[in-house]
Amino acid sequence: MITLSSVTKTFGAAANSVRALDDVSLNVDRGEIFGVIGQSGAGKSTLIRTVNLLERPDAGTVTVADRELTALNDRELLHARREIGMVFQQFNLLDSRTVRGNVELALEVLGVNRRERATRTNEILELVGLEHKAQQYPAQLSGGQKQRVGIARALASRPRVLLSDEATSALDPETTDSILQLLRRLNRELGLTILLITHEMDVVKSICDSAALMSGGRILEQGRLVDLLATSGSQLARGLFPLGELPEGNSTVIDVTFVGLSSERPVVAQLARTHQLDVGLIGAAMETIGGAQSGRTRLELPGRIDEHAAAINDLRAQGLVVEIVRSGR
Amino acid sequence: MIDSNAPGFWPQLFETLLKATGETLFQVAITMVITLVVGLAAGTLLVVTDRGGILERPFGSLIAGRIVNAVLQAVVNLGRSIPFIILMIALIPFTRLLLGSAFGVTAAIVPLTVAAIPFYARIVEISLREVNEGLVEAGHSLGATRWQLVSKVIVPEAVPGLIRGFTTTVVSIVNYSAIVGAIGGGGLGDVAIRYGHQRYSVIHIVTVIIVLVAIVQIVQVVGARLANRMSHR
Repeated sequence: MITLSSVTKTFGAAANSVRALDDVSLNVDRGEIFGVIGQSGAGKSTLIRTVNLLERPDAGTVTVADRELTALNDRELLHARREIGMVFQQFNLLDSRTVRGNVELALEVLGVNRRERATRTNEILELVGLEHKAQQYPAQLSGGQKQRVGIARALASRPRVLLSDEATSALDPETTDSILQLLRRLNRELGLTILLITHEMDVVKSICDSAALMSGGRILEQGRLVDLLATSGSQLARGLFPLGELPEGNSTVIDVTFVGLSSERPVVAQLARTHQLDVGLIGAAMETIGGAQSGRTRLELPGRIDEHAAAINDLRAQGLVVEIVRSGR
Repeated sequence: MIDSNAPGFWPQLFETLLKATGETLFQVAITMVITLVVGLAAGTLLVVTDRGGILERPFGSLIAGRIVNAVLQAVVNLGRSIPFIILMIALIPFTRLLLGSAFGVTAAIVPLTVAAIPFYARIVEISLREVNEGLVEAGHSLGATRWQLVSKVIVPEAVPGLIRGFTTTVVSIVNYSAIVGAIGGGGLGDVAIRYGHQRYSVIHIVTVIIVLVAIVQIVQVVGARLANRMSHR
């Protein structure tokens, strides 16, 4: 649905220029929620702004819904943008307009007549649960309500793609959760493809199907979460399951990641029994990620890693992802 | 010297003041209507043709944008830097060319307008610049055209500031309209000069001041109320 291919963007003059996007390629499938995560300054914001060409890339192509936006002229681009909704961290609502007026703006831009505007606005406000706030001004709303208006405005013209620029970063945890659930629901009910950027792993964990990790203007890894979890050495997978500090000592430490069904099997007990090992459990986390029950366990085994080759092979044979965190001495 | 005990003095004073107030209000009203339209347009152009503005490249030409912006900036600066009393005299030939006469109540509207437009254009520019950049971005994301961005986002969001600025401009123009009285522009300034100054009537001076203060007060209060009403922050 969204494809960025070799996109590059540099800001500033030659001497002190900043390469915000460095040969970035990205693919978002139809109907999925794709999260781009990274620290501030990683280039996430620039990335999402290139998707609707608020920021025009220096090189590379942007394709949304089979239309290459980078090849369009200004007028064609206006029409293309109307099929891409966007929500912002600071909501960006007009103070001078009521909730209804803010949503209607999206339809006025399209030239929709008054009656149809009213009907569609009622419909969309109901969808985001704000029909009773239609006549209020943004200043009278809470942060979460403002973002719901932002979402309603972005979706008023029935776009197939929604871009979310840190939409929950200005909200408290509870409100964040309710907005994320709303996005999830809209994704399912409307078949909406959502590309979001965030600096919070929790956002990726709770609603994304796929994710990309960004740093220094580059994408370090991307893919479906279930696949990333099954990838040895994935930084994103590690971020999804923070297991804390390593214990002191000379023992071997391994991380075992379960994806899907295998988490229901008594893996650790089996390991101890079959291989006669004193297995120590250092950390564990269970999450539903990308719709699948997944978990990661950090185990401590006595002695050196090469003493446990058979046990590790056994785990891998069961379809578990084993990463050696410390080899032991 | 005018004798305030003479029969018919008070009715005559009242009549003089009424006529002069009407002239002043007429001048200010016409001036402000023209200023609202031209000043708003000029101030908006100043903002949109600036670097990074939404009309940075009119007709796809960055040079055209730079030229329009530079010319407007120069004109506004020029208009703002000439003291009104000098501007008024300098414009006499222009006014005569335009209206056939350089003096009188109507002719005075020309220098008043020339002074008011740059003043208000600058205020419009400041007000529009205060509109959050994020709103323009949101407008872009909705696929708004440049005209839609100006007419539906930037200007409506700046309305409270535009009203407050307009109030300030009206007050200045009331002030200037008294100055044009000195060159036969009529109005309250004319009364103050002819009766108060040349014929030593303190009562005329005092009453003119009272009327002017009242006009300014009313403009201020109405402007402030309207601005607050339009502000939903």
